[in-house]
Amino acid sequence: MYPLDMLNTSLLISGIEVGVHYYWDIAGVSIHGEVVLISSLVFFLLLGASFLGTSNLNQVPKGWQNFMELVLDFTQDIAKNQLGESFYRPWVPFITTLFLFIFGCNWAGALIPWKVIELPQGELAAPTNDINTTVALALMVSFAYFYAGLQKKGLGYFKRYLQPTPILLPINILEDFTKPLSLSFRLFGNTLADELTITVITLLVPLFIPLPIMGLGVFASSVQALIFSTLAAAYIAEVLE
Amino acid sequence: MVDSLIAAASVVAAGLSVGLAAIGPGIGQGQAAGATVEGIARQPEAENKLRGTLLLSLAFMESLTIYGLVVSLSLLFANPFAG
Repeated sequence: MYPLDMLNTSLLISGIEVGVHYYWDIAGVSIHGEVVLISSLVFFLLLGASFLGTSNLNQVPKGWQNFMELVLDFTQDIAKNQLGESFYRPWVPFITTLFLFIFGCNWAGALIPWKVIELPQGELAAPTNDINTTVALALMVSFAYFYAGLQKKGLGYFKRYLQPTPILLPINILEDFTKPLSLSFRLFGNTLADELTITVITLLVPLFIPLPIMGLGVFASSVQALIFSTLAAAYIAEVLE
Repeated sequence: MVDSLIAAASVVAAGLSVGLAAIGPGIGQGQAAGATVEGIARQPEAENKLRGTLLLSLAFMESLTIYGLVVSLSLLFANPFAG
């Protein structure tokens, strides 16, 4: 028996469900259905936005094109600030994708009242409140910086582990594991903490009081997207220098 | 009997892990915010730059508390020792 099982009763307006998923069994592999649903929604939203932004390109940007150029400027600045003027260009798509996907996921969870749609098990929420999503994103960053280092320096990349002194070798190797760990835990914990705070406060006072907390959640989740992409760019910059 | 003991210990540990993890980042965030206020008072035109850096570093410090939160959540909802 888990200590908080008693909170899952249907008597309450909003129950707390953590780690309960809507499983799909596809070819013997169980998939978290709610994560797939919301993340593909975010995926198609982003795809639609970029399609609208680029379908009718003008010299003087208007409407969607203007907005998407603004977004691209913002994410380009993230990459440029970390990677520097001479290296940032090839990494703009990666950083932009990370930022927009995480931002879209967080806001999809924070802004849309998913409680209205009932699933047989689990509930629809931000895909980033499932640790599997965030670990996948963090591992992508890991592979990206290994690729960046190996591409730039070849096998000389591994000299990095012996600097500044060979004594630090174990710590340098450990760092490769703690980077994805902290990236994934930070995003997962923050998203889940936002949703849990709102749920607990809704449990106590259902009306009006949760609103400022929801506003804080919307702000904090956008900051988390910014931090994730900034850190990804910083890790890549670290191996490139 | 053992089950309820584990449940009780898990709840206490969950509370402690968030509470203790909040001490350090709390002090750190206070210092960072104080230094930023000092900086803005000294040089008000640097406010925009300072705000960005402050938010980023606050989020970094906050993530330390979040690690404690993750531990406590796993104790409450995915306890490996509960039967």
